[in-house]
Amino acid sequence: MNNLLVLPMILPVLVGVILVFIKPYIRLQRLISVLTTIASAAIAAYCLERIHRTGIMRLDFGDWLPPHGILFVGDSFAVLLVLVACVVSSIILLYAFATTGLEAETMFFYPFFLFLLAGVNGSFLTGDLFNLFVCFEVMLLASYVLLTLGGRKTQLKEGITYVLINVLASWFFLLGIAYLYGALGTLNMAHIAVRVAEVGQGPLLSLIGIIFLLVFSLKAGLLLYFWLPGSYSAPPTAVAALFGALLTKVGIYALYRMFTLIFVHDPLIYKMIGVLAVVTMVGGCLGAIAYSDIRQIVSYNVIISVGFVLTGLAIATTTSFQGASYYLIHDMVSKALLFLLVGTVVYLTGRSKVNEISGLIRNYPLVGWLFFLAMLAIAGIPPLSGFIGKVYMGLGAIETGSYVLLAVAFLSSIGVLYSLLRIFLNSFWGETTISEDDQKPFKKAIGLPLVLLAVLNVGMGVGAELLAPYIQDVANTLADPQQYIQAVLDEDVK
Amino acid sequence: MILQTVTKIVFFIILTFGVELFLSGHSNPGGGFIGGLVLSSAFVLLYLVYDIETVHRGTPFDFKRVAALGVLLAVGTGLLSFVFKLPFLTQATWVVDLPVFGETELGTMTIFEAGVALTVLGVVVTIILGISEDVE
Repeated sequence: MNNLLVLPMILPVLVGVILVFIKPYIRLQRLISVLTTIASAAIAAYCLERIHRTGIMRLDFGDWLPPHGILFVGDSFAVLLVLVACVVSSIILLYAFATTGLEAETMFFYPFFLFLLAGVNGSFLTGDLFNLFVCFEVMLLASYVLLTLGGRKTQLKEGITYVLINVLASWFFLLGIAYLYGALGTLNMAHIAVRVAEVGQGPLLSLIGIIFLLVFSLKAGLLLYFWLPGSYSAPPTAVAALFGALLTKVGIYALYRMFTLIFVHDPLIYKMIGVLAVVTMVGGCLGAIAYSDIRQIVSYNVIISVGFVLTGLAIATTTSFQGASYYLIHDMVSKALLFLLVGTVVYLTGRSKVNEISGLIRNYPLVGWLFFLAMLAIAGIPPLSGFIGKVYMGLGAIETGSYVLLAVAFLSSIGVLYSLLRIFLNSFWGETTISEDDQKPFKKAIGLPLVLLAVLNVGMGVGAELLAPYIQDVANTLADPQQYIQAVLDEDVK
Repeated sequence: MILQTVTKIVFFIILTFGVELFLSGHSNPGGGFIGGLVLSSAFVLLYLVYDIETVHRGTPFDFKRVAALGVLLAVGTGLLSFVFKLPFLTQATWVVDLPVFGETELGTMTIFEAGVALTVLGVVVTIILGISEDVE
């Protein structure tokens, strides 16, 4: 037992609630919320190191032993994602300080920001399927509020789509849980895995698996991504960055958890995921190239990376898991950076079409070069952070001979590069349209979080060696579900 | 007029019933959630019978804060386990011999349930008020 494990979820909840009481004191709210996210990140980092040394951590709530009670399980995969989520959201908070209006700030912006983080962290850490549902809902409820806070017309319009889609998905989620409980009589994920292995993954269980695939595909934006570009380009920049960096990742995490731990016996499902990933990448590329609104373009880039990361699940070898986890954490950082940059461009110019903006790099060199850097990182140019993930993914694909996946995955990188290069060439290069007198001042407070994310991005590429042991842990636990099952069901492991 | 007079009495009956439900939750049917629902129904009845301003004068607190206080209490009992080095959310009970009520089972569970009840109360009343304010 180790109570530390619950802190990344409980700390944001608790602080979020306390912030409700100090509603008028904005500065105090800002300070406390950023301290909270940093503290959560520190705890996650400590846990990650500890898991590396002593194995998977587990916390049984109220001392009810599994499979009877509910519990949090900290394996490297979950805790690594918690760590990155906390770090990225701390930086996004800094950006939110500079850009969120006073009106939103007094309408409980920070409490809901923290509740969203709590839901995300809880979803990563929980070892119980129903708790996963609850944490998803915590996250979604907070995201509904953040999406519509401010009440502009587009926000409300996209908000309705977003809420309806997610309510529908949640309903299917609940349905899947009910079927699974009806079939197996347990909701503890490790226990489900054991029972599925015992009775064999027959047609009924595979069908339940496919229901979960449907649910999490909707949440992650795998194939069923039609709702995503709209609702990710509607909210204020900081919120959009938070969504782009974290929300789809939770769906991806759930897919990985489901199909590396529980429904592992049917190769057909992996083929399905492979096909879905390919279609997602192709569709994402088409969208990213077709649209001319820069916010839409980066939203479609989120979709491409969802497809890319799930290629790793379709291949399902230790190497591809390594690639996927490298790419996943890289993507959280890079997408946050990209969304913030694009939001900054829209804020500075007041326009969002590619061809209406020109020559920005003369007005705002920092924004321009950071965009260039982010573009290279996402396309996977060494030594930036996207490179190593793509290499491992490629190695994994070659090992198993999945050349179609390999080809589409790497071609999608070119799609990414092209779509972002188009923004760069059109909007940053070329004649400046804004004279020096007209140009809006660039606040240092906006620049700082951008630079921090860029540094993190470069650091993750250059310092990949430092991350390697933890990524190795992640890949090992994903490739060998027995480790997870033993850690949960073996009474001696504490 | 009749409605208002009846409400004055019924309000307290509902409140008592709510508390009764809430306290019995430990080992009988009941608990913080339905206790809170019943309590909030009492307040909603007040809002229906009297106008919003009158009730606000009688209840000088913000129901959003009531909800927040509830969550704080509920999470707080879980956090107590940190102090005693027990797993999160571990509950403790004591049998206390109170002067009037006799032997009563009290525990951190009761505080947790009180938190749940307050949260439900606060959220339900906030939602109802929110809907009614939209119409204006």
